[in-house]
Amino acid sequence: MTTVKLSSRRLSSEILSEIEELSGQNLYACYQCGKCSAGCPLGFAADLLPHQIMRLLQLGMTKEVFASQAPWLCVACMTCATRCPKGVDVAKVMEAIRTIQLREGRGALQVFLPPAELVAEVPQLATVSAFRKLSL
Amino acid sequence: MRLAYYPGCTLASKAKAFDQTTRWVAQKLDIELVELPEWQCCGGLMPQVTDAVMGLLAPIRILADAQTISDKLMTLCSFCYNTLKRANLVIQQDAERRQKVIDFLKETRAPKVVDENFQYDGSVRVVHLLEVLRDDIGFDNVRQKVVRPLTGVRVAPYYGCLLLRPPKEIGLDDPEEPTVMEQLLEALGCEVVDFPRKVECCGSFMIVNRPEIAAQCSATILRSASQIGVQLLVTSCPLCQFNLDWQQMRMLESNGEITPVPVLYFTQLMALAMGAEPFVLGFEHHLVDPRPAILELGL
Repeated sequence: MTTVKLSSRRLSSEILSEIEELSGQNLYACYQCGKCSAGCPLGFAADLLPHQIMRLLQLGMTKEVFASQAPWLCVACMTCATRCPKGVDVAKVMEAIRTIQLREGRGALQVFLPPAELVAEVPQLATVSAFRKLSL
Repeated sequence: MRLAYYPGCTLASKAKAFDQTTRWVAQKLDIELVELPEWQCCGGLMPQVTDAVMGLLAPIRILADAQTISDKLMTLCSFCYNTLKRANLVIQQDAERRQKVIDFLKETRAPKVVDENFQYDGSVRVVHLLEVLRDDIGFDNVRQKVVRPLTGVRVAPYYGCLLLRPPKEIGLDDPEEPTVMEQLLEALGCEVVDFPRKVECCGSFMIVNRPEIAAQCSATILRSASQIGVQLLVTSCPLCQFNLDWQQMRMLESNGEITPVPVLYFTQLMALAMGAEPFVLGFEHHLVDPRPAILELGL
């Protein structure tokens, strides 16, 4: 069992308010029903599910959140944002997490060079969008 | 009716079939499409953080150009539609960011295009061809133009993400149970299949970063379509079309897990039903060739 140490200092972290400001979302509105994770199409590939990201943020555990690959797998399909019963736009929270890291020069796009036959065929909007989301 | 038309970069290259069938269909339905005289990429995706300005410049430049042609700008690609519509909302609702965008556009554009008095207040309405067909033309009028009804063809609509979400900003249709494509398909005479994965994500742009992950998303959708006997899938998004087409080609090559489910743009199916010549339809651009299926279906 993992022991999590909570402290009020963590909860007053500037990064948390920055995430709230950039995303325009109240992190504490989430009541952990898991609807976002149930519908997340990329959840199967991620180390943390959307509701887990939300919970870690609520506990001020930003280090764990910034170490996660989940925000970099989020394609902003907005299924979570559409279904959240509390109206939390988790896709915007994910974008805020990416943005903070990108602005600090961390976590930039890892270009996994796709196979040549794929590069030849893929529509350019995919490349444009990948750079838009995953690089600054 | 006269509409400003923004094709977007993919429709000018990889998704030419979408563009050419749209122009053909529009002519049949007396919709005058005026392509913007100069246009550039919209940026692909809407920047979602509250202080984003750079990502708004491209879409707002497009909308500001459109206002000289019509008060409605029509677009087709789900990415362009989503980005233009949401960027426009920011201009309508956020005075501070609106001013920043206008100042920047004034600063950087040729004086003959943008003068000192240049303003853009978000008044251009961004519309998708599907809503033009539903709200302005009417599906009954579409039905009247059908010369080759697609009777008995089992077609499922595939909406994907950006055509519908986020619903508060897009508002094209119900985000979970949309019906606009179903209504169109019925007008073309198809047997519309209730497709449970019609609003699920295909993996989107992850195809260029982590192709194996995007492939799994697309594979789930294709298996589902194949299992319930869908003969054709229709979409409005060039990336959904590509992801489903690409993954399907690989699945068909490697195992007998699925039956072919060619993925068409809804305008290709419209043009087919309205009697377009084969060269208009652009089926030769597909990875999974729809022509054998189309022939087999007696169309």
